[in-house]
Amino acid sequence: MAIVYKRPHALTDEVFHYCPGCTHGIIHRLIAETIDELEIEGCTVGIAPVGCAVRAYDFFSCDMVQAAHGRAPAVATGLKRARPENIIFTYQGDGDLAAIGMAETVHAATRGENITVIFVNNAIYGMTGGQMAPTSLPGQVTQTTPYGRDTNSAGYPIRVCELLSTLDGVALAQRVTVDSVRNVRIAKKAIKKAFENQIKGLGFSIVEVVSSCPTNWGMAPNDALKWLQDNMLPYYPLGVYKDISEGGENK
Amino acid sequence: MAEKVLMKGNEALAEAAICAGCRHFFGYPITPQTELAAYMAKKMPKIGGTYLQAESELAAINMVLGASAAGVRAMTSSSSPGISLKTEGISYLAGCDLPALIINVQRGGPGLGGIQPSQSDYWQATKATGHGDFQILVFAPSTIQEMVDLVFLAFDLGDKYRMPAMILLDGMLGQMMEPVVLPEAGKTVVPDRPWAADGHKNKRPHNIINSLYLDPLKLEQTNIERFKRYEKIKGTEQRCEELHTEDADIIIVAYGASSRVCRNAVAAARAQGIKAGMIRPITLWPFPVDTIQKRLVSAKAFLTVEMSMGQMVDDVRLAVNGAKPVHFFGRTGGIIPSPPEVLEQIELINGGI
Amino acid sequence: MRPDLNLLLAGFGGQGLLFGGKVVAYCGLIENREISWLPSYGPEMRGGTANCSVCISDEPIGSPLVLSPNALIVMNLPSLEKFIDTVEAGGSVFIDSSMISKRVDRKDINVFYIPATKLAEENDLKGLANMVLVGKLCKELGFCSKETLFAAMEKSVPPSKAELLEKNKKALQIGIDYL
Repeated sequence: MAIVYKRPHALTDEVFHYCPGCTHGIIHRLIAETIDELEIEGCTVGIAPVGCAVRAYDFFSCDMVQAAHGRAPAVATGLKRARPENIIFTYQGDGDLAAIGMAETVHAATRGENITVIFVNNAIYGMTGGQMAPTSLPGQVTQTTPYGRDTNSAGYPIRVCELLSTLDGVALAQRVTVDSVRNVRIAKKAIKKAFENQIKGLGFSIVEVVSSCPTNWGMAPNDALKWLQDNMLPYYPLGVYKDISEGGENK
Repeated sequence: MAEKVLMKGNEALAEAAICAGCRHFFGYPITPQTELAAYMAKKMPKIGGTYLQAESELAAINMVLGASAAGVRAMTSSSSPGISLKTEGISYLAGCDLPALIINVQRGGPGLGGIQPSQSDYWQATKATGHGDFQILVFAPSTIQEMVDLVFLAFDLGDKYRMPAMILLDGMLGQMMEPVVLPEAGKTVVPDRPWAADGHKNKRPHNIINSLYLDPLKLEQTNIERFKRYEKIKGTEQRCEELHTEDADIIIVAYGASSRVCRNAVAAARAQGIKAGMIRPITLWPFPVDTIQKRLVSAKAFLTVEMSMGQMVDDVRLAVNGAKPVHFFGRTGGIIPSPPEVLEQIELINGGI
Repeated sequence: MRPDLNLLLAGFGGQGLLFGGKVVAYCGLIENREISWLPSYGPEMRGGTANCSVCISDEPIGSPLVLSPNALIVMNLPSLEKFIDTVEAGGSVFIDSSMISKRVDRKDINVFYIPATKLAEENDLKGLANMVLVGKLCKELGFCSKETLFAAMEKSVPPSKAELLEKNKKALQIGIDYL
C-alpha cells in the first residue's frame, strides 16, 4: 500500500501542545516538509522564540536553541557566523519579532544575515493570555485594549514585510496565510524559497504567516479564520514585497 | 621565550583571546573598552574570524550565545552600563550551561555615571549578572600580563564547567600599557562540545540548548545540580595573591586597580614599621574565602579598599564572620584612591589595635 | 638600584604627549625594567587637556597613576598651574617656554625652560616639540642612554611611517643638544 501522507521526519513524535484551531501546527509541518525535501535536517539549527511556540525545540528533529524574547535573530546571527555551512531558521511571533525584538529583526535584515525567519502574525500575545501585539488591528479588543485598540494612545499596527522590504539586505519578504488549501500551498512555496535562498547565500529571507488565535480572539476556529479573512487580510495584504531570487519580482 | 611587548590592557585582552582560539567577537561601542573592539575589528577579518558590531549590547550577548551554542569560543566586551544590558543574555547563558567570555572594563555608576575607572560593579558581577539562581566565574587581573593569563584561564574554566566567565577590570587597567609576553599559540585546546547545536548530521538525536523548564521540580533539580558544580568550583578554583601576610597585623583586601595602589601603601607602612600585608583576590567568584580564613588567627584587623562605596567588603565580612574587625576605605565615581590615603587608613587602624 | 622615574607629561591634546610618554616607556622596556604608561582619557580627544603618567622602576609598579612626579614635562599654562605643586622636592620640570611665558617660583625643584615648539618649527619639525622635550629630559635625568632612547623611538614609530622616524630622532637630538 502506498503511503500518501505521513509525519515529516523533521518533526519529532512529540504531541503539539497548541490550542484547537491554531495554525502553528500547519506552519510547523510546512517547515518540516521543507527540511525533509531539501534534505537539510542534519545541518539545520532552529531557534525557538518566547511565546506559544517556545516549545518548538521539542517539535523539530533538527538541533534547536531556545532564545530570549525577541533575540532570535541575534542568536541566529551567532549560530550562522560560527557555522556558516549550517542552515539557521528562527520561528517568531509578532510580540517577539515586531515589539521586543524589532531592533534585532531590522538589523539582522539590514546586515543581510543569511538566515530564514518564519514570522507568525496573529495580532495578539497568545501565551501570556491575549494582550495587544504590535500587529493588533485598530479597534481590536484584547486584554490590554479592552475598549479596542485606540490608535490615539496605542498607535498603529506595524506592517513588517512592507517595512523590511525597504532594506538592501533583504532577499525575500513575503506575506502568506494558511486559511485554505490554496493558501497553504502558496505558504509552502514561500517557506521553501526562504530556505533555498539561504542555501544559495542570498541573504535575509522572511515569510510572514498571517495566522489566527481562536482562543485569545474568543472565537471558534472557523469563525477565527473568517475574522482573519475579513479583518487581517485587508490590513496585511498577501503577496511578495521583495524577492531578489531568480524569477523574483525585484532584483 | 616570546618577546616582551608594550600593550594597552584592552588590546592585550583582545590579542590574548585570539591566541586562546577565540574567533568570534560581538560588541557594541562604549568607553573605556573601545580599543578592545577596535583591535578585534582590525585582526579578525585577517585570520578568518568574526568581528561584528551589533545593534545593541542585548544583541551582542545573544550573538555570543548563538555562537557558543554552535560550539565555538565566543566573547563580548563592554563597560558597566553595557553590562547591565547584557545581563539578560548572561542569565540565559548560565541557564543553558554555555561557556562565554564577557569583559567588563568598569566605569563609574549608577546610570550613565562617568567614564573614569571604577569598581562599583562588584555586586553585579559576583551576585547578580542577571535574574535567577546562578553564578559566573569572575576574574580580576591587576597587571596586563595577568589579563593575558586570565583570558586563557577564563576560556578554559568556562569550557570545563560549562559556564560564562567574566574578566572584571576597570578603565585604568584597560587604558594603561605595560610590558607583556603573549603566550605561544596552542597553549590551550578547545575541547569537543558534544552538546552543541551544530547540526546532528543524522548521526545523533537532536541537541537542544534551552533554559526553560515548565515543570518546577525539573527546574529545581537542574538548579541543584548546577549548584553542586558551583560547590566544586568553590573548593578548587579560588585564587589570590598574598603579599607579606605571614606576619601582618593589618591585612588589606583589594583587587585590580585598587590593589596596585595598596601595594604602594603596604610598602610605605612597612617602611614605618607597621606590619601591613595584602590579600589580593584574583578570582572574585569563587571568592578566596579559604585564604582569608587562614589568616584570621594571625591578623588583628582587615581593611578592604575598593573604588566603590563598599561592595567586596560584604564578602570579606562573611569570610571573617566577626572574628576580627573589618574596615573599609573607598573612593568612587571614577576616583582612584591615592597611596597616602590608604596609608592613613592603615595608620588609623594600627593606632587602635 | 637605579632611581625610579615617575614622569607626568601634560598639555593640550594633539601635542603628542601620549606618544612622548610611550617613547620613554619603551626606554624602560629596552633596559628590561618595570614600566607602566597610563593616559588620561575622556571626551577631549583633540585640543582639550591631556596628560600621561609613565613609571620606570626596578621594583614592580604599584599605582601607575603619577600623583607626585619626580619629572614633569609641561606644554601649556593650565597644566603647569595644575601640576607644578605636585612635583616632588628635588624633582625636575621641563617647560615648553614657547607655549608658557610664566616662570616657576619654587626653589626646591630643577626647572628647565626649553622653547621646544619654536626650536621644532625652526628646524622644519612642526609638531615635534614633544620629542625635543623628551630629548632634554633624557639628557638631564640620564634614566637611559642615548642609544636606548633612539632604539625606543624606532620601536614607537610604526614601519608604515618610517619617514617620521628620522624627523623624530632629529627632534630628540635638538633636545639633547639644547643647553
